[in-house]
Amino acid sequence: MKEPTSLTGKKLGNDANPARIFTMTIDNRLLTAREDETVLSVARQNGIYIPTLCHMEGLSLRGACRLCIVDVKGAPRVLPSCVTLARQDMEVVTNSDRVIEYRRKILELIFSERNHVCSVCVSNGHCDLQALATELGMTHVRYDYLYPKQLVDASHPRFSVDHNRCVLCMRCVRVCDEIEGAHTWDIMGRGITSRVITDLNQPWGSSETCTGCGKCVQVCPTGALSEKGKSVAEMTKRRQFLPYLQMMRGEGRK
Amino acid sequence: MAKNIVIEPITRIEGHGKITIVVDDDGSVSDARFHVTQFRGFEKFCEGRPFYEMPSLTQRICGICPIIHSIASATACDSILGVRIPDTALKLRRLLNCGQLIQSHALSFFHLSAPDLVLGLDSDPAKRNILGLLEAHPDLAMDGINLRKIGQEIIQAVAGKRIHPTWVVPGGVSSPLTEETRKFILALLPQALEITRKTLTWFKASLENHREEIRTFANFPTLFMALVNKEGNLEHIDGTLRLIDYKGNVVVENVDPAHYQLYIGEAPEPWSYLKSPFYKPLGYPEGIYRVGPAARLNVCGGCGTPLADQEWAEFRELDRGPVLSSFHNHYARLIEILYAIETIESLLNEPYILNARVRVFAQPNYNEGVGVVEAPRGTLFHHYRVDDKGLIRWANFIVATGNNNLAMSRGVLQVAKRFINGDTISEGALNRVEAVVRAFDPCLSCSTHALGRLPLRIELVARDGTVLHEIA
Repeated sequence: MKEPTSLTGKKLGNDANPARIFTMTIDNRLLTAREDETVLSVARQNGIYIPTLCHMEGLSLRGACRLCIVDVKGAPRVLPSCVTLARQDMEVVTNSDRVIEYRRKILELIFSERNHVCSVCVSNGHCDLQALATELGMTHVRYDYLYPKQLVDASHPRFSVDHNRCVLCMRCVRVCDEIEGAHTWDIMGRGITSRVITDLNQPWGSSETCTGCGKCVQVCPTGALSEKGKSVAEMTKRRQFLPYLQMMRGEGRK
Repeated sequence: MAKNIVIEPITRIEGHGKITIVVDDDGSVSDARFHVTQFRGFEKFCEGRPFYEMPSLTQRICGICPIIHSIASATACDSILGVRIPDTALKLRRLLNCGQLIQSHALSFFHLSAPDLVLGLDSDPAKRNILGLLEAHPDLAMDGINLRKIGQEIIQAVAGKRIHPTWVVPGGVSSPLTEETRKFILALLPQALEITRKTLTWFKASLENHREEIRTFANFPTLFMALVNKEGNLEHIDGTLRLIDYKGNVVVENVDPAHYQLYIGEAPEPWSYLKSPFYKPLGYPEGIYRVGPAARLNVCGGCGTPLADQEWAEFRELDRGPVLSSFHNHYARLIEILYAIETIESLLNEPYILNARVRVFAQPNYNEGVGVVEAPRGTLFHHYRVDDKGLIRWANFIVATGNNNLAMSRGVLQVAKRFINGDTISEGALNRVEAVVRAFDPCLSCSTHALGRLPLRIELVARDGTVLHEIA
């Protein structure tokens, strides 16, 4: 089992190896950060909002969606705050015009890539992607929709996966690997043809590694993974168990 | 040389339609067709979707009668699950549908057709709409707006949302009725009843003024089809099919909705995206039949509620057998609103209406399901086939307006023959051609132009396509 660790990869915070403390600014606020903390983490601790989609408390860091981008003074490009470590004298701006515009574009591209139809979705009203669209003020998509032909795999007795609604955040892959320890989910293909698969791309219902725990369904930000029998707008996800589970699994290893 | 008169778009109907009238050399009307010009493809793109999405997916067919689509769809899904839904759930679905009957019929009667009925079919087209009505007869227009609002408020109170709620689900409904909602709806009913009775009295007195329209608005013998309940009375969401002929004789009854295909065939025509259903034993196009409010009142043996029953008895006096003129759909709509108000009241006073058990859960147990209901505009069929995993493999819908397709075309022809002669069409004649379509209240898609009036274009077109005369 892979342990979700800090980006630096080393154990911190003991007497022999004390964590270094940096001072930095986010949106002109002078803040302190430990060296193993990400910009996103520091911002959240201080009540500064940065939108995220693939990031999930309790899972390893991924940097897949790029919605958490921020401007860092001196950096030639915007940086994803969820996988960018704090540095001494770093000057971060979370809401510059450029960042806001890029986030909107990224979100629109996510929408245009698959078939997201909220009105008939089990997660309507309880969807991270939908909430982001509202938050970021996305009124329309300026890119042509791709309308890819995606299928629904309803072979599992309790759950189904609708690839039309998948944003490839890999939360399911991470939770299955890191928390459940089954590693049923993975990604196949490259670029725009990527999609999540179970085992070696076989129907979910015939997967031998799937324990049927349903953690992937609970962490999925959209209606891509859902419980069967839920009707439209009825799929609410329960995620509060994640940090506890992660903590308890950590305890067990000692 | 024969000429075509094209009316496009038809105004004050739900959706986009077009009429073509073929005029012969001597100026007489030889043929008329009603076209539905939009292709929407629901049957195709539902394929591959999980069945439990269907109530929400298919109610997007329409923004005026979404409720009945969700009920038809959920009924079909119920039979895919193979369950009998709780009695309370069925009653709540009926309650919701009554709210929709009120709002949809009120829209058709007051917003779309009352301008013709009150201001006159020959009145100034710029004023012949709900706004003109508001100016000339503010009481009537406000009554209509209020009545429709009551219907919408009932839907919102019961299902949480006025348009496209997701409350009707396979296996029942998603949440029980609360006492507050019950009280709230009960308080709305007296005003609704008062408006409806007042309007009925006025409308019956005004029937004299429309003698010529009654005589020509799709007034011909056809079969009539509707759902009836076990007692043979008016029923909208849970009954069996009955067909009667123009004399009132029962042609076939107690047809299990699941077997509709034994009796109903569908013929596609090159000029319209709307299929033409027909009664199979008589073949196409002889098997022409009509559905809708008047057809329901013709087919049933009564409404089953006291006030509506009185009105029904009076309605049936209009003709010796079934009421043949489709003009009387307007009349029938008012009676159905009355029925809906009375039904809501009796449902809300039932002892178990607040029961919390309103849904059953099951896996898909059958590969096929049919849901047949009475939409405001007539009988509505949802028919699905699913694979073992519950994904839709095939879907067929026969919407209310489709059932009336043949009758509407023939009705247009009848009106055109009576009111159009020669190359030029008077504004009044043109409007009558539209009004006969409006009497059926066709729901051609999911949008309506309840306010204002679209620019109307009529063309006289020669066979080779050259425009001979145009009115804009």
